[in-house]
Order: sequence, then C-alpha cells, then structure tokens
Amino acid sequence: MANIVHFEQVGLRYGTGAETLSDVSFTLAKGGFYFLTGASGAGKTSLLRLLYLAQRPTRGRIGLFGEDAGALPRRSLPALRRRIGVVFQDFRLVPHLSAYDNVALPLRLAGVRESAIDAPVREMLEWVGLSARATAKPPTLSGGEQQRIAIARAVIARPELLVADEPTGNVDPEMADRLLHLFEALHRLGTTVVMATHDLHLIGRIPQAHRMRVEKGRLVDPTGALLHPPGQA
Amino acid sequence: MKGLVPQRAIDRGLLDRGHHARIMIGIMAIMLFLTVLSAALGLGVTRAVGDLDRGFAGKLVVQLVEPDARVRDARAQALVARLNAMPGVQRVVEADRERLAALLRPWLGDSGLDPDLPMPVLIDVEVPADRVSAAIAAARSVAPDVRVDRSAAWLAPVRRFLATLGAVAIGLVLVIAAAAAGVVLLVTRAGLDTHRDTIEVLHMLGSTDHQIARLFQRRIAIDTLLGGAAGAGAALALVALLQARLAQIGFGVLGGAGLGAADWGVLALLPAAFALLATAAARMAVLRALARQL
Repeated sequence: MANIVHFEQVGLRYGTGAETLSDVSFTLAKGGFYFLTGASGAGKTSLLRLLYLAQRPTRGRIGLFGEDAGALPRRSLPALRRRIGVVFQDFRLVPHLSAYDNVALPLRLAGVRESAIDAPVREMLEWVGLSARATAKPPTLSGGEQQRIAIARAVIARPELLVADEPTGNVDPEMADRLLHLFEALHRLGTTVVMATHDLHLIGRIPQAHRMRVEKGRLVDPTGALLHPPGQA
Repeated sequence: MKGLVPQRAIDRGLLDRGHHARIMIGIMAIMLFLTVLSAALGLGVTRAVGDLDRGFAGKLVVQLVEPDARVRDARAQALVARLNAMPGVQRVVEADRERLAALLRPWLGDSGLDPDLPMPVLIDVEVPADRVSAAIAAARSVAPDVRVDRSAAWLAPVRRFLATLGAVAIGLVLVIAAAAAGVVLLVTRAGLDTHRDTIEVLHMLGSTDHQIARLFQRRIAIDTLLGGAAGAGAALALVALLQARLAQIGFGVLGGAGLGAADWGVLALLPAAFALLATAAARMAVLRALARQL
C-alpha cells in the first residue's frame, strides 16, 4: 500500500523553548485509519498541526502525498491543503457565515460551481443531523452542533487525508458513534483518517485502526503497525 | 436551500464589517470631498492659464511718441499698413484718440483734447503667438523708436501665480491620494488582525493568498466607492455652485477658470480612481502580511 504521510526525524520547537516534538518518524499508509492518543500537552495537537501544514517543522523532513512539504514554497501549499480535511479542536467555524455556508466553504474555495454545491452540502448537513439549522450562525449553535458543522466542513470535499483533533469531544455518545460511522464511511472510500482522541471506547470501535501514542513529544508505537523508523519495520 | 446566500454575500460575510466600515466610508467621503475640490481648483486654474496663453500671447500694444503731429500721423498710418500686411495678422487697430483724450480728461482737463499736445498713438495688434517677434521687427522697421508692450509680459506675474496655484492644487490631490492609500493600509492591517482566526481557517481549508486578498479588496473598494460617491457628490455640487457664481462675474482671468465637460468627467471619475488606488493598496498590504505567514 502506498504511503501518504512520511515523517523523518521531525522536531518542532516554539520560539526558544524546549522541543515540543522530538525525533518523530513514522509513515502512514494511504487509506489507513489511525488514532493518535496521549496525555494533554504531550504534543498531539502540534503533531496534527504539522500534518495539516499549519506549521513547518524546526528540523527533519515531512513528506505529504509524495511531496516534500517542508521544502515546498508557500504558493504550493493551498493545493496540498485542499487534499486535507481538518477538524479543529476548537471548531474554528467562521462566525459570520451560516452553518450551510461554513460547510460549503471548502467547495467554494476550491472553485466548485454554485450549482454543484447545494446537493453535497445538504447531504452533509443531513449526515450530521443539522439540516434544520442550516441558516443558523455558529454563535447560536451549541458546542456539539458546532463540532458537527466543523466535521461536515472537513469532509465535504472528500479529502484524501482527514485530520481530526478530538472530533467527538463535545457530543453525546450516540452522536459520537454516528460521527465515527461517518469517518469510517470516508475511510472505506479511501480517505486516510488520523484522529486524536482520549476516548478509548471509540478506539475500540474500529479494530483495524492503528494507534499512535505521543508521550512527552516523542512518538510511541504500541501496535507495531507503524514503520518506525521508516523502512525498518 | 439552493442559492441560500449568493457567493458575493458569502465573501462579504467572511469578513465582519461592523462599525469599521462606517468609519472607512466616512474617511473616504472626506478625502474625496477635498480631492474633488482640489482637482476642480487645479483644472479651473489650468484652464485659466491656458486661456491667458491663448488670449494674450499674441497681443501687443505699439506706442508711437512723436511731438510733430503730422509726422506722427504719417508714421502711424505706415505702421498700421505695415502690420496689416504681415501674414497671419489677426487685428491691427489704432486706439481712438478722442477716447484716449476722454480717459485723460480727469487728469488733464480739456487740454487733453488740444491737438498740440503730443499724445502718443496706441496701436492694438493681435498676431499668432509665433509671429510676435516678426510683428515687433516689422513695427521697428517703420519706426525704430516705437515702444512695444507685450500683454503676456505684464500678465506674467498673474500667470505665474495661477500656474503655482494649479501646481499646489495638483500637489494637494496627490497628497490626499497618498493619505487615502495610507488609511487603506492601516484599515487593511487592522482588518487582518481582527480576522486573523478566519484567515487562518481559510488558509487551512486551502485558500490562496489571492483569494483572501480579494475579500479585502472587494470590501475596501465598496467602502471607497460609497464614501467617494458621497464626498465627491457634495464637492461636485459645491463646484457647480461656484461655477455658477463665476459665470455671473464673467470677465477677465476668472472667466477662463470655468470647467469644461472633460473636466467634469475627470472629477466624476475620481471616486473610481480612488477605489482602484485603495484596492491596489489593500491587495499589497494583504499579500505582504500573508507572505509572513505559513
């Protein structure tokens, strides 16, 4: 199976402090499902930020979709980012847009025709159970509703890589199961899913998923499924 | 749900407008008001200078002073004939002596009409501007001691003043345009700070710098056009009023300061020109700021 992500001796340091991530090396196979676990402050969100190109590493090499993401010029990043769906821990919905328009945003940014946007957005809102709230602005939505809109926005463009930071942290167990089902469906369609979570119940729901654990800025590989370091598994 | 919100509305909605928009519109209204007034002054004065150049560049007054009345009259006739014979001459008229005497009456009394008084002969001459030197040479070929006053020479200080006024007005337009660009840069930077989170999200969703810059450009252009239309409208009304008053004066140098159709067109286009300038400034500010981000 082809690799979609390749980290090689990656280190990340904010300012002049100690390294938040040190010597992180792993490879993610295309179409895999990965859970990222670890204590709060261990470096999960930093690792995800590197994955969705919000951050460049201080050292090491990051390969994404076969490209050396760390060496790419800025102007090449948008095209790469459009292949990645991101569910932010704090949702990051645009507060002045309706739920509908937040979900439609990735398609519009990608230049999809207005006539081709309505059906997928409606379908996605239905999936997350928020069809009736399509015109609501994020500040009027509950935390769980905002999270579902954020997930709908992340998956609407059928990304090749889906990066989700605690995507079920604000929803009830029933909705968490439903959202996980959505991620599974995307995974079955070929999307590589990387999900940071503390929820052991969720991890248990997908037995074929690999588990990555971050401890004090270093990656641990409890399942042995990851190539660590690459090519030596 | 189709067409729930038009694309343009979404673009505008991405950046919350709030009270900053009203401030920007107000500032642009004031800027355009001052710009249109300055530009109107500049255009009017430029027209007046052009009128002066056209109206006086070829005008001369030839003075012939000769104590002997018979000799004077003979030389005056010869002068008029010689000047009239010049190619391109537009006007050669000897000033009416009785009218001259009437003008002198307050100072000389009726003795101004005394034929023995050596009154000079004044000949108004109008030739194309490039024929002035030839006209002077022709006059001196008939009467070497004639005195020639060029109208343009005594109007030169007025012309210089008007030209300076025009340059100051154009300078003011440029200064205001620079200030407007500065305001746009500040407003855009403030907008970038205000919308930092939204911009980061847009980047993460795959938005290009140019897409984000377009959001700001569109907003700034709309605000500039709205404010500009209000400010320029008020200024144009004021200029029209001043023009009407000028027409009532209707003489001399001021009479030439009226605006033509082309000038009104230029003034009416200023809000659009400022909108373009503001758009370019906003684009530059956004692209520069975003280039410092990932």
